[in-house]
Amino acid sequence: MKPRRILADFNVYRREFTRNSAALFFSLAFPVIIILLFGAIFSGGSGGTPQLYVQNLDTGQLGGSFTTALNQTGALQVVLVPSNASFPQYLLDHSYSAGLLIPPTFTTEAMAGKPENLTIYTNPADASSQSVIGITSAVINAFNLKLEHTSPLLGLSLKSVNEKSPSYVDFLIPGLIGFSILISPMFSMVNISSEYKRTKLFKQLSLTPLTKGEWLVSKILWYLILSAISFIIMVAAGELIFHASVSITYWVIPFMAMGPLFFVSLGMLVGTVTKSEESAGIVGNIITFPMMFLSGTFFPLSVMPAWLQGVAHIFPLYYIINGLTDTMVYTNYTGAEVDSAIVAVLCIVVFMAAVTAFKWRED
Amino acid sequence: MNEVSSSEPDLVIQVEGLVKNYGNTRAVDGLDLAVHSGEVFSILGPNGAGKTTTVEVLEGLRKPDSGKVSVLGLDPWHDGYTLHKKVGVMPQGFRFFDKSTPREAISYYASLFGTSPDAEEILEIVGLSDAADKHFQDLSGGQKQKVGLALAMVNDATLVFLDEPTTGLDPQSRRGIWDVIRNLKKHGSTILLTTHYLEEAEQLSDRVAIMNNGKIIVCDTPSHLISKYGSERKVVVSGGSKMYEYLKSALSFRVEAVDSESVQIYVPSSTDILKVVKAIDESGLPYEELSVRRDSLEDVFIFLVGRMKEGELS
Ligand SMILES: Nc1ncnc2c1ncn2[C@@H]1O[C@H](COP(=O)(O)OP(=O)(O)OP(=O)(O)O)[C@@H](O)[C@H]1O
Ligand SMILES: [Mg+2]
Repeated sequence: MKPRRILADFNVYRREFTRNSAALFFSLAFPVIIILLFGAIFSGGSGGTPQLYVQNLDTGQLGGSFTTALNQTGALQVVLVPSNASFPQYLLDHSYSAGLLIPPTFTTEAMAGKPENLTIYTNPADASSQSVIGITSAVINAFNLKLEHTSPLLGLSLKSVNEKSPSYVDFLIPGLIGFSILISPMFSMVNISSEYKRTKLFKQLSLTPLTKGEWLVSKILWYLILSAISFIIMVAAGELIFHASVSITYWVIPFMAMGPLFFVSLGMLVGTVTKSEESAGIVGNIITFPMMFLSGTFFPLSVMPAWLQGVAHIFPLYYIINGLTDTMVYTNYTGAEVDSAIVAVLCIVVFMAAVTAFKWRED
Repeated sequence: MNEVSSSEPDLVIQVEGLVKNYGNTRAVDGLDLAVHSGEVFSILGPNGAGKTTTVEVLEGLRKPDSGKVSVLGLDPWHDGYTLHKKVGVMPQGFRFFDKSTPREAISYYASLFGTSPDAEEILEIVGLSDAADKHFQDLSGGQKQKVGLALAMVNDATLVFLDEPTTGLDPQSRRGIWDVIRNLKKHGSTILLTTHYLEEAEQLSDRVAIMNNGKIIVCDTPSHLISKYGSERKVVVSGGSKMYEYLKSALSFRVEAVDSESVQIYVPSSTDILKVVKAIDESGLPYEELSVRRDSLEDVFIFLVGRMKEGELS
C-alpha cells in the first residue's frame, strides 16, 4: 500500500465522480429531495398493532386486571417489563417507544378512594403514539366507571420517552443517511466493477504498479468523504427546514465509517462475481431495493407487520440505521454498541470476500 | 510454467511452444518466438490470427495453457507485478476513464509508476497537444489510441508492446507514430508491434513474423522475406501491343502483356533494368509511363497467407 498511488487513484475517481452530474445528483441531491418530500408528507398514519411495554409494580390485583384489559382491547400488544427494570431508562436502552408504569400503590390507593395517575411514556414522533395514548385512556375510563366513584379516580400523566421528544423528521435523518450510505457506493461500484471488466480497464490498471487493494481503498476513501458530506447536508436540512433535533456524538463515527466500507465492498463483490453488466445490474437491484425500503430508511420499522420487521433484521443497512437512530435520536449508546459490533463483523466478512473474489485479469 | 533460462543474454522475449485456448477455440497453437534486445519486432497476421492473445500472454494478462514464456527473464504470469514496472503497453482498443483528460491520464500513470515524465513533450510527440484537456469520452477514435501510446511511454520502459498502434489513424498520424516508434528504438527500447499494415512493418521492423491460425509461418527481416517469397523486379511500360511484340523479340527476359496497355518485363538483377530501358528507347515506339516495381511485403503476405489457406503450408 503506497499512499502516493492511493491518492493518485483517488483523485482520478473523484474527478470521474464530480464530473458526472447523475452521480452527484443521486448521491447528494436525491436524499435531500426525499427528506423534503417525506418530511412534508409523512405526518401521521399507523399500521400494525403497536406494542406497549408495561411495568406493573402494583402490589394488589388491580394492576394485573388493568394490564389484561389493555391487552384484550386487541388494539395494543402488551409486553411486560421485569419489575426490577428502571423506567424510563429501560425504554431508552431498548429503543422502545411506548411504555406504561403502574405504581406499587395502585390497588391500595384506588380502594381507599384516592385519585391516582398512571404514567405513560410515548415517543411523540412515533406514528402509533397517539393511538397508544387513546387506547390506554379508554381503558382507564372503563375502569373509572367500574370503580363507581363520584369523581374519576384514575388519571393518565403523559411523558415523553426522552426529554427531547423526537419528531418524525428526527427519525428520517438517520434513515436517509443510511439510504445515502447505501445507494451511492452500491450502485456505482456494481456499475464500474462490471464496466471496467468489459472495457478491460482493470486489465490496463493491472499493468501499472497500482494494486487491487489500493484501488479498493481509494474507492472506500471517496465514499467515506461523500457519506460525511451527505451526513452534514442531511442534518442541516432536517434541522433548518423541519426543526429536527438530533444528537451528534462520536458514536456516529463507527457507522459512518463502516457503512461506506461495507457497501463499496458489497457492490464490488456483486460486480465481480456476475458475468455481465446486465446480470450485475439485476443482482445489484435485487439486493439493494428490498434493503432500501425495509431497513427503516423512509419510515420506522414499527409501522410494518411483525414478520416484515423480522425480515428487516437480515439487512445490514438495518443495523446501520438502527445504530444511527439509537445514537442520534435516543442517545442509547448501549444499543449502538450492539449494532456497531454486528456491522463490524459484516464488514470484515464482505470486505474479505470482495478482495478475494476481485481479479484484475482473467485466465 | 517454468521460466526459460535465457541462453542468449540479449534475448528479451523467449517463447517456446506456447498454447492458449479459449474454451474450444485454440487461439495460439504452439508458437515459438525470440525477440532480441533493441529490435523492433512486428507480428503480422489476419484478423483472429492470435496476435493479441500472444501479446497478452507476454504482458502477463493471460495465463498460458502450455509452453515456456520468458519476458525480460521473468515469467509474465507469476512475476507480472515486477515485469509491469519495466514494460510499456498500448493495448488494442485502449480505453480510459471517460471523464479524464489525456494530460490527467499521463499524470495519473506517472504517479502510479513514480516517474516524472515531461507530459507536454509526450503529448506533443504523440500528437495530442490540441486535445490535451478534452475528456477521454469526447476524443476521436484516433486520439483515444494516442492516449494509449502516450501512457506506454510514461515509465521509460525497456520493452514496449504496441498492439495495432496505428489502426484507424489518418496517414499523417500514422507517420507521426512511426516517428515515435523510431525514437523509442533510438533510446534503446525493444518494441514488439502488431499491425495489419505491411508497409508499416516493412518501414519500421528489424524483423517480421507472419502469423496465421495461432502459428508463426515465417519470421525474418522484411527484405529477406521479400527476396525469398516475392517475385523478381519488374519493369512496367505502357506501350500497347506493338511495344509488347518489339520487346519480346528484342529481350531475352520474360515479357508479359498485363492488359491492352501495360507490358511487364521480369528482370533478374538490378543491372538488367538499364538493358530493358535501352531496348524501350531503341524501339522508337511511343509510351506513356515507365516504372520499376518490386514485390512488397504485402505481396509476400497475401502469397503466404493465401497459400496456407489452400493447405499447402503446414
Ligand atoms: N476473450 C476471448 N474469448 C474467446 N475467444 C477469444 C477471446 N479473445 C480472442 N478470442 C479468439 O481467439 C482467436 C485469436 O484472437 P486474437 O484477438 O488473438 O486475434 P488477433 O490476431 O489479435 O486479431 P485482430 O487482428 O483482429 O486483432 C480468435 O479466433 C478469437 O475469436
Ligand atoms: Mg488483435
